[in-house]
Amino acid sequence: MLDEDGFVAAVVEMIRRAETCLPKDVVRALKKMEKTEGSRTAKFQYSLMLKNLRVARRRGYPICQDTGTLTFFVRMGRKLRLDFNLYEALRRAVSIATTEVPLRINVVDPIHRTPMKTNTGAGQPAVHCEMVGGEELTIDLLVRGSGAENCGKFSMLTPTEGLEGIERMVLETIAQAGGKPCPPTIVGVGIGGFMETACIMAKHALTRPLGTLNPDPELRRLERKIELAANGLDIGPMGLGGATTVLGVHIEKAACHTASLPVAVALQCWAARRARAVLKGGSLRLVEP
Amino acid sequence: MSPITLTPPLSENDVRRLRAGDVVAITGRIVTARDRAHARIVSGKRPPLDLEGGIVYHCGPLAKRIREGWRIVSAGPTTSARMERLQAEFVRRTGIRAIVGKGGLGEAAGAVARLGCVYLTFPGGAGALAAESVERVERVYWMDLGEPEAMWVLRVKNFGPLLVAIDTAGNNMYERRVRC
Repeated sequence: MLDEDGFVAAVVEMIRRAETCLPKDVVRALKKMEKTEGSRTAKFQYSLMLKNLRVARRRGYPICQDTGTLTFFVRMGRKLRLDFNLYEALRRAVSIATTEVPLRINVVDPIHRTPMKTNTGAGQPAVHCEMVGGEELTIDLLVRGSGAENCGKFSMLTPTEGLEGIERMVLETIAQAGGKPCPPTIVGVGIGGFMETACIMAKHALTRPLGTLNPDPELRRLERKIELAANGLDIGPMGLGGATTVLGVHIEKAACHTASLPVAVALQCWAARRARAVLKGGSLRLVEP
Repeated sequence: MSPITLTPPLSENDVRRLRAGDVVAITGRIVTARDRAHARIVSGKRPPLDLEGGIVYHCGPLAKRIREGWRIVSAGPTTSARMERLQAEFVRRTGIRAIVGKGGLGEAAGAVARLGCVYLTFPGGAGALAAESVERVERVYWMDLGEPEAMWVLRVKNFGPLLVAIDTAGNNMYERRVRC
């Protein structure tokens, strides 16, 4: 059985890795974008971004000073037995990582703005659990800086607005965000479900590696269409103009009420920090990055 | 391209000759300020140090406590748009000549340019690289606002390359040619 201290230590390590190096697919995409760009300013921005990644990795320092707020997606097999509180253990890991990695003290009371020294509090970190069969345990971590988080949008479209309306809403979100979310961004979109599930799907879509195909052919076409249109907006890296505004568009959908069409968009900055760990041979192992 | 070195305090002339697209690097003292320091100064509180001709950095550094004080771990720029509403008044009250940030100043760009203050940018997210040019933390003011929101006085060497993104003539590299 998985022991609590081992689990907490593995999650602390997962946070450290996520904060200090990017997944291979993201690095590959950034290098590709640098080559694609024709503008001198855009190429200049990419060269600094890539240099920054080398410095962060070499020194073991966080890539960005905004070490973000953390979201964990947990897939847990129904046969798995834990003799500890998973939520408590994740909170403890965040608290330890705050001093050890270190993480910036980002979490505050929403009204009084008083800092919470451990980066934990009501609802922090966010933990979304999904129960599955077997003995599986998979944890996906997303690190979200506020530049990207602040540019997210949720909208209740009317059902007749359909695919066209969804496409327009996503593109408007990207256009209005401009350089603020640190483009090129990964665009996560949640279509359908409820108000809250559309937002969670938009975030979950960001855990999918770049370059992997959406299993749904219709969503795949929509992803491609939005990606092409977004890259024609001339926002470019850091909003300074260019032909690369998004690294990819990832869409998830869920069934919804006949009278509703909820759509959520979550943008993820170019420093698209994420990690994945799985339970293997009784301990939690990091698989990415 | 070899960057133009800026050493604060800067005169109006120093910044008026910079043009959007120029590449610069800073050596000397810069001071961080984010949402809450801007709000405090605009509401009438005197800045804790003289900022005339100075350079303000939109940044909430990630710092580690060490015996002698602080070590900067990661210190890239934050989104300048959050300060947009207060920016021109902040420049008027402090007399700063340059802002380092990311994403541009939105509606405030014109007013800030007319006040003779340039906007310089470094890629957001490039915090580890930016931290390499921080020699030391001279002082931290207004820690009651929390670590990211406090005013950090940083001694930097060759901080850059920074791009002049908005110049004092109002040329603005964030103005897009394509509209949605």
